[in-house]
Amino acid sequence: MALPPPDPQFVLRGTGAAVHALHFSCGSQEPDAPILFSGSENGFIHIWNLKTHRVDTALDGHGRKSVYCVETMGGKDRLLSQGRDQRICLWDLAEGRTAVTDSVFTENVGFCRCSLLKVAQGRWLMAMAAKALEEVQVLELPSKTSVCTLKPEVGAKLGMPMCLKLWQINCGSQPLLLAGYEDGSVVLWNLSTGKVLSQLVCHQEPVMSLDFDSEKAKGISGSSEKVLSIWSLNEQQNLQVYKTHKLVNAGISGITIRPDKKILATAGWDHRIRIFGWKKMKPLAVLDYHTATVHCVSFSDHKNPGERLLAAGSKDHRISIWSIYTQT
Amino acid sequence: VCFIPGGLDCSISFVSHVLGKVCVHGRQKEILSILVPHLNNLTKSDCIWQRICWRLVECVPDRWMEAVVLGFVQRAPGADALSRLLGNLVVKNKKAQFVVTQKVLLLQYGHTTAVLQNLLGYLSLDSLRRALLIKVLQELLETWGSSSAVKHSPPEQQQYISKAILICLSHLKEPEIESCRQELLTSMMEGVKCHLDSNLPQIRRLGMIVAESISSKINTDGPVLKFQYEEDDEARELKSLLVQTPPFCVVPSVPDDDRNGKADAALPLVLESNKKSHAAAPVTPDEESDAELDSDDDLIPYDMSEDKELKTKAPVYIRDCIEVLTGSEDVDKWEATVKALESLVRKNPAATREVSVELAKILLHLEEKTCIEGFVELRQRAQVAVLTTDPIPVIKYLTSQFYSLNYSLRQRMDILDVLVLAAQELSYPKSCGKTKHSGVQKPCIQLLPGSDSSKDWRRIVDERIKSKTRRFATGQSQVELASGPNEFNLVAGHFFFPLIQHFDRPLTTFDLLGEDHFVLGRLVHTLAVLMYLAVNTVAVTAMGKALLEFVWALRFHTDSYVRQGLLSCVSSVLLSIPAEHLLEDMTEELLETQSWLGDVVEKDPDGDCRRVALQNLLLMENLKKKLKTVPS
Repeated sequence: MALPPPDPQFVLRGTGAAVHALHFSCGSQEPDAPILFSGSENGFIHIWNLKTHRVDTALDGHGRKSVYCVETMGGKDRLLSQGRDQRICLWDLAEGRTAVTDSVFTENVGFCRCSLLKVAQGRWLMAMAAKALEEVQVLELPSKTSVCTLKPEVGAKLGMPMCLKLWQINCGSQPLLLAGYEDGSVVLWNLSTGKVLSQLVCHQEPVMSLDFDSEKAKGISGSSEKVLSIWSLNEQQNLQVYKTHKLVNAGISGITIRPDKKILATAGWDHRIRIFGWKKMKPLAVLDYHTATVHCVSFSDHKNPGERLLAAGSKDHRISIWSIYTQT
Repeated sequence: VCFIPGGLDCSISFVSHVLGKVCVHGRQKEILSILVPHLNNLTKSDCIWQRICWRLVECVPDRWMEAVVLGFVQRAPGADALSRLLGNLVVKNKKAQFVVTQKVLLLQYGHTTAVLQNLLGYLSLDSLRRALLIKVLQELLETWGSSSAVKHSPPEQQQYISKAILICLSHLKEPEIESCRQELLTSMMEGVKCHLDSNLPQIRRLGMIVAESISSKINTDGPVLKFQYEEDDEARELKSLLVQTPPFCVVPSVPDDDRNGKADAALPLVLESNKKSHAAAPVTPDEESDAELDSDDDLIPYDMSEDKELKTKAPVYIRDCIEVLTGSEDVDKWEATVKALESLVRKNPAATREVSVELAKILLHLEEKTCIEGFVELRQRAQVAVLTTDPIPVIKYLTSQFYSLNYSLRQRMDILDVLVLAAQELSYPKSCGKTKHSGVQKPCIQLLPGSDSSKDWRRIVDERIKSKTRRFATGQSQVELASGPNEFNLVAGHFFFPLIQHFDRPLTTFDLLGEDHFVLGRLVHTLAVLMYLAVNTVAVTAMGKALLEFVWALRFHTDSYVRQGLLSCVSSVLLSIPAEHLLEDMTEELLETQSWLGDVVEKDPDGDCRRVALQNLLLMENLKKKLKTVPS
């Protein structure tokens, strides 16, 4: 007799607008510091205190244009945010400051979230959709120098890049980029040569979101249709479809795999969050709380496994926080 | 019959005379079946024999020429054989020319396709004769394109002419097409118009196929005319006539076999390699899953039974439905309403009755806002549901709208369809008064219980009526012993009489007796079905009288679809009205109808009309017999 799905542990209200981006920062040692960053459609980035469940600070740096990506760069003091004002802002939040230290003007009017990868101490690579329609640009931060521009070949007709993921096999090895495009294909790029290593058509509709497990060389992508596609990378760096999973309702906005690679969560257009076991895509739970499309899901980076949380931000202005499968 | 070759000057005019006389007396088959193959073989390689043969046919006197030529054309194994046998007879002899170019093609239509191929192939094989080929094509096209021919000639003849046109087209060469391109185009345009105007789908299709073929011949590089029609054996056969297969030779068949052999050999190799790769693939996943005894099993799934498809909710009240359908901008809701409307109407009869006419009006004007599967069917079912829930006001509304201004033909025909379906539903016995409609509508025609007369024609008439009114899949016609009051009884007259009232009053946009004869045909068929369904109702005799008058007024209509409808009206009258009433109240009408039917059987060009008229006459005979044998 299966248990009914759990209720959210708590719900954060007060953003005043649809929530498009979430990012936890709970890994630091100080006991009262677990923080959740959220980006909303009204251009604000809210910093939530997860102990008091209230907003500590609200950052306004994107001219009231929707913020659709928030990431931290090594700790909660440095934040990166991307908004529809075509800018990526770098914030310095140490000691209560709320200053934008730097910004990158992307000239891109799309919705593709950028991807960050730490390659060395103090050095990050950031992949973002560039000005030209099909291109992806990779910059090194904080120097903002361009590492490469990834242009698909003429006639490839991939469309806009929809979602990006930078990864490395292990620290110090060559970084690679997985990009999901508008035509439904996922492409693996080699950043040093700027060439396509492998391309796989996973969906008939645009790839809305993807995530990748570098340990198992397996990834998952979701689209606006009813199918989740799980694909793997073999020794020759070729992408192959591993399996597909059919959903009850169409449309996925976000997918994220928990850092311990045991479970993953999907944010659906049908207002539901679905949890699957990562090894075999076993459906584990359907969390039905929100009353509108869920735009993003994010797992926390708590050091203590028992405290791990899952956050989901929705168009109904709420962020639900769940504690699920924390015992493993 | 054998000839001794050898350089002798023999006169064969005597033989020609004999041949001619035998043929004209009807013994073509016997003599030519021996003569023609013999001559064929002899003339294949020998020129002298060819000339002898030509002399033979040339000397046949004119009065017997037709029989001989016809015999040769029918018996020859191929166009080239005919060419060898007849030579340039058609050019030299006027009578032969007439037979070949006019009589066989335009005045007769009973010959097979092979005969046409022979004849037209023969004309195309010699440069002297090709001029005749073009002339023939022009005349054929003239006939094909004439609207009176399309209206009045039997469908078999039209098919024959179409085949001949297609074969001619297949023989024409580029320069010839160039020279008569303009004429081809003009005749094609005229012809297509007449054909598409026709009510019979077979004629329309013939027109489309021929027009497409002509267009493909004259526009080899530009866009070609393309119609949408049902492809079946007949269409494929016609289209195959366009392509001429080269005369049968022995040599090419060998490389063909070789190629086929190689292709066959290639295929099994490919299949094998596919099989191997498939065999390899399933092995690895098995191994993998065995190796993974994993900790995934630690994670216990939660209950996910609530996880269902997200559906927009349709309104639950009829008045809400009306609101959504008339005003709402929310397309999801609109779609959900359209899908749910029929069942809502049936479940809430009282609420529906309050707003029935309004609903009927909305449904009649409802247009597809989003792309729903089966929209037309959903709308029709909803209309039928509304009608059956509250018959009289809705029927009044619909029949008045049928004759009103500013409706499209499609809408008027929709009205007729809805009336027929609703009538079927009302006249179908429902078990214990409870409605049996749970989803799929089953518009079966109620079988008449027990009949003494022979079943064949009844079955045929039933099939005919069914074929005109079926719109979607039927359920089994059940031998139901259910009974209940016949709801159709009360409203049969309401269905029928308004439809019949105004048919002769033309409106500015709608003229039943004029251009809109397609709708007239549908109206007539609808009246036939309504009459048939009115069996056992009180109004049936009055309806019958009115219907026979209506039929009498229209009996000479030029459109064969309308005439078929009129004849099925007569069948329905004879089947539905009890025999006693027929003989008492309607004797004069019946006698007049009988004489008309006799006329139709003999003279009507359309085969279907003749058949139904004959069945009606049989029906009348049986009725008379039945009454005579009724014990007093």
